[in-house]
Amino acid sequence: MKQLMKGNEAIGEGAVRAGCRCFFGYPITPQSELPHYLARRLPEAGGVFLQAESELAAINMVYGAAAAGGRVMTSSSGPGISLMQEGISYLAGAELPAVIVNVGRGGPGLGNIAPAQSDYFQAVRGGGHGDYHVPVLAPASVPEIITLMQDAFDLADQYRNPVMVLADGVLGQIMEPVDLGECTFAEAPPKPWATTGNEGRSRNIVNSLYIVPQELETHCLKLSAKYESIAEDHTRWESYETRDADLVVVAYGTSARIAKAAVNAARRRGIRAGLIRPVSLWPFPAGALQGAARHASAFLVVEMSLGQMVEDVRMALSGVRPVHFYGRTGGMLPEAGEILRHLTLLHEGVVSHAGKLWPAASADQ
Amino acid sequence: MPGNFGRPQALTSNPFHYCPGCSHGIVHRLVAEVIDELGIGGRTVGVASVGCSVFSYNYFNVDMVQASHGRAPAVATGLKRSPAAPVVFTYQGDGDLAAIGTGETIHAAARGENITVIFINNANFGMTGGQMAPTTLPGQVTTTTPEGRNTAESGYPLRVCEMLSTVEGVAFLTRVTVHKPAMVLKARAAVKKAFQVQLAGGGFSLVEVLATCPTNWGQTPVDALRWLEENMIPAYPLGEFRSWEAS
Repeated sequence: MKQLMKGNEAIGEGAVRAGCRCFFGYPITPQSELPHYLARRLPEAGGVFLQAESELAAINMVYGAAAAGGRVMTSSSGPGISLMQEGISYLAGAELPAVIVNVGRGGPGLGNIAPAQSDYFQAVRGGGHGDYHVPVLAPASVPEIITLMQDAFDLADQYRNPVMVLADGVLGQIMEPVDLGECTFAEAPPKPWATTGNEGRSRNIVNSLYIVPQELETHCLKLSAKYESIAEDHTRWESYETRDADLVVVAYGTSARIAKAAVNAARRRGIRAGLIRPVSLWPFPAGALQGAARHASAFLVVEMSLGQMVEDVRMALSGVRPVHFYGRTGGMLPEAGEILRHLTLLHEGVVSHAGKLWPAASADQ
Repeated sequence: MPGNFGRPQALTSNPFHYCPGCSHGIVHRLVAEVIDELGIGGRTVGVASVGCSVFSYNYFNVDMVQASHGRAPAVATGLKRSPAAPVVFTYQGDGDLAAIGTGETIHAAARGENITVIFINNANFGMTGGQMAPTTLPGQVTTTTPEGRNTAESGYPLRVCEMLSTVEGVAFLTRVTVHKPAMVLKARAAVKKAFQVQLAGGGFSLVEVLATCPTNWGQTPVDALRWLEENMIPAYPLGEFRSWEAS
C-alpha cells in the first residue's frame, strides 16, 4: 500500500529498513524532520538516537559506533557537513563504514536554508584532508531515497568506507507516495575487524595513523584499488530520451526533475533533447556522457549552483563537444522554461561556443 | 612477592616510546593492572587520542580505536552506545582533553556517559614540541610562551576537575599524581574505582593524573618530579571532586 511520505522522513525510514541502528546528529535546517522521525523510530526498532553537542561530536560518535560494527549514520546540511569533514577523512582513513546525509542548503557561510546543490565539490572531491574518496549517491525522488539508503549502507559495508547521500532542501521537504512494502530490517554483514572487546580472538585496532611514509603510501594504494573497484561496479546514472539525443542535459537530484520537464517540452517542439542524470556523483558516470557524445552535438549542464558538476562533465568530454551551463544558486531553483529556452537557442545554433549561459540570457546580446 | 612483578596481560610486549622520566609508562601500567584485576580485558575497548599517547594502541593489549584530536569522549560515546556496548576508556592528554576537546569532555560528562576517562595533565603539549596548554601554569616557560605564560595575554590554567565538579552527570571525579610510590598506589585505586563505576553503570568517571614531562620542561626526571610536587600540586589540588559509592 502506498503512503505519502516526506523526503526527510523517507531518509530515516530507509535507513532503519537498511539495518541502521545508531543515529548521531546535531540540529540544522532543512533536515530537521529526519532527526525528529528517527528520535521516535529508532528506539522502536531497538536502536539508538542521540543528539550530539555539535557536528564534530556527532561524526566522531559515528566513528565510534562504526568501529564497534554497527550500521550507523548522521545527517546534516552544508555548514554542519563542513564541520564533519575531519571526521569523514578519519572514517575513510580508518576504513570505517558509515552513511552521511547532506540535505543541501544555500551557501557559502551561513547562506540560507533554501535548497541548493552548491556542496557538490565538497561531496565529490573528498571534502576533508588526504587522499580519499567518498561514494556520493544523489536521489531525485522520495521512492528513490528509500532504495538509495539501502544501497548506501550496503556500499559502505562492502567497501568499509563512508558513503554520502546528497539531497537538497526540496527533496527533504517534498511529499510523494512511496510503497514501503513489508519492513524486513536488513542485517549488516559480520564485521570481524570491529572493536567490540577481544574475547576469544586477537585484538583489533581501528586507526588511520601510519607514521612511516612507506606504510602510508601502501595504505593509500590499497584505498585507491578500492576506489577503482567502486568506480567499476557502482557507477550509476539514469538516461532519459538519450538514444537519439542531439542535445543532452546533464543534471542530478531536484535539478534533474526540472530538467526532465524541459526535455519533454523540447521534444514536443521537435528538438531531440535527452537527459543524463548521474545517480552516483562519485564515481561520476563519465562513460555515459562519452557514449552520448557519439550522437549529441552539445551538452547543457543544469545545477542549483554557480556550476560545479559542469567541471566533471567537461573533464569527461575532454573538449570533444561544447558544454554549456545554466544554473541558479543561493537557494533559487532553475526554471523548466529557462532550460527549454536554452535548449531552443542551442538547437537554433544561436550559441555555438562552449560557454556559460548565465544567469539567463547571455545569448541574447 | 618477587617474581610476580611481570607485565600485565593488558599490556603488549611493545617497548614504550615515551621519554625517560615521563609518567605515561606508570599510568599505562596502572590502567593495564586494573583491567587485569577486574577481568575485563576481553570486553574492553580503549580510545587513544592525539598527542604523545596516540601510540597507546600499540601498548594496551585490548581492542583499540584511535580518535581524532579532542574527540575521544565522542568516539567513546559511539562505542558505548553501539549494540556491542563494551567497557570503554579514553586515554587523553591535556592538549587533547582540555584544549581542542573541552566541548566533548563537558558534554560526555553532562550526559553521564558511562565511560572512563584517564586524563594526563603534564601542563604542556608534549608531542608537538612543548607548547603552552590550557593547563600550563602562570609564568611557566614553554616553546610558545618563551618568557613564561603571561596571564594578561594567554589567560589562566583550566582546572578540569573543578570545572566538571559542577556537572550533574559526573559519577566519579578525582585528581591524583604519580610522582611518589605511595601516590602511585593511590592513583591505582582511583583508576580501579573509575572502572568499577562504569561496570556498575554509574556514569561518567574521570581520573586526572598530574604527570611529568622532563623533555619539554627541560629538566632531569628527578627535577621534574620535584617541580611537579612544588608547582603543580598547589595549582591542581589532589583529591576527590565527586565521590562514588556502590549502592
